[in-house]
Amino acid sequence: MIITRPRDWARIKQNLVDVDAKSVFIMGCGQCATVAGTGGEKEVLQAKTKLEQDGFAVTGWAVGEVTCHSGGTSLETRKHSGDLDAADAVVVLSCGAGVQTVADSVRQPVFPGLESVFLGNVVRHGVFEERCQMCGDCVLDKTAGICPVTTCPKGLLNGPCGGMWDGKCEVLRDRDCTHVRIQRRLIEQGRGGAKLLPPKDYSKKLKPGSVNIRKSRKGGAE
Amino acid sequence: MSRLRDALERGEFVVTGEIAPPLGTDLSAMRRSIETIGPYCHAINITDNQGASLHLSSLAASRVALDMGFEPIFQQTCRDRNRLALQSDLLAAWTLGLENVLIVTGDDPRSGDHPEAKGVFDLDSTQLLEVASAMNAGSDMIGRPLKGGTDFYLGAAMFPEAEPWDIQMIRATRKVEAGASFFQTQAIFDITKLERAVEVMRPLGVKVIAGVLVLRSGRAVDFINERLAGLMVPEEIGARIKGADNAASEAVALATEQVRAAREVADGVHIMTLGLDDAVPEILRGAGIS
Repeated sequence: MIITRPRDWARIKQNLVDVDAKSVFIMGCGQCATVAGTGGEKEVLQAKTKLEQDGFAVTGWAVGEVTCHSGGTSLETRKHSGDLDAADAVVVLSCGAGVQTVADSVRQPVFPGLESVFLGNVVRHGVFEERCQMCGDCVLDKTAGICPVTTCPKGLLNGPCGGMWDGKCEVLRDRDCTHVRIQRRLIEQGRGGAKLLPPKDYSKKLKPGSVNIRKSRKGGAE
Repeated sequence: MSRLRDALERGEFVVTGEIAPPLGTDLSAMRRSIETIGPYCHAINITDNQGASLHLSSLAASRVALDMGFEPIFQQTCRDRNRLALQSDLLAAWTLGLENVLIVTGDDPRSGDHPEAKGVFDLDSTQLLEVASAMNAGSDMIGRPLKGGTDFYLGAAMFPEAEPWDIQMIRATRKVEAGASFFQTQAIFDITKLERAVEVMRPLGVKVIAGVLVLRSGRAVDFINERLAGLMVPEEIGARIKGADNAASEAVALATEQVRAAREVADGVHIMTLGLDDAVPEILRGAGIS
């Protein structure tokens, strides 16, 4: 899931002041931001209180089912068209994908209420860790299911670097060195030490990403 | 031909030193350091944005050393440049007359003076060694022939004291396979760990130059243990420096002992003075190296 964290409130306020907004509509997200505890109903209502305390009128709010979904968000905004029409601006408590979907669906200025930080594993309730960068060129087959691109702070494919000490990472000293973990697991699985991985193909992850499975269904290219 | 390569291949015990280029364009202090240690060194490492902090480029500073009549070891880290820039700088280095290159990963930007910077690490140090080896064979990393190639003497870093050693050993072996002809190690405090590294590396045909750090003060000991990645000063050595009446002369005495010990084991020493450049002749003389 996409992990988000609250954005500096002063920046949100400044965004609204910059467009001279007096009234605001708030949109949350029923998926990742709800699980992350940043953009569900509870957080949307907290934002409403905060905005009102800061002197803004809140014309309405909604928690879209999946705010990054264009069709769903378009429908959601139509359902709330009265409240939206009355608002000078919209604050979205979702990841950046959701913010943009809302911005495409309404005529007012739309501002992010959260920072989007990473694709996260849910380690346990409320604890998230980044383990995949979605690089488009997976090396987990060679690295015993531990991603060096993400979990080595330098993103080195081959390691450890010269800072490893006692099996610990030099950058995040309380963490085990990813490359030591990789080598250990490979050896435990009888796969020998890691082979040298070639330079990464960054053309596999050129921005902006786009996938259309409809084309391949029709027998076309991906 | 590289004097460093020549000496190491002849089996001579070599001495290398280390200079950080300035933050700015005034080269006078750097020149003084080069003049001080240069006459005692086979070659001098010129660091590349050392400690992930801004300095004048190693490329330009290496050329300054060369123009002064001393042999530089151009250092290249993987932190600040992508594969295009790294290759471009390697080509530049060769045209500037720089024959020795030490290829290292580089400290993470968040440990330096520009913590907001993006760490590039497009290639890692082993991959970059392969790229430089390809250049020595006449082509760039995608296999296109170079109009005029290189003949670099390639080095890499190793940390014999860091555990787990079995994993370090695999890593060091990969670096040799990728084209490293010599290693410069991080600071050595335990000679038996240097021995175990040399034992494994020597049969691979690679030379090992042992790192010696002049621990000039108690503050330097603390700084290294707290701030420098991967350099851990053992407690008894820290206590020896901190307990001394004159920490600097104790540091020189310690470095002298370490050079003497390394001489029995390694192919050379790499002396990091932490600014105590004047101590180099005394250390070498004390260790029986003229």
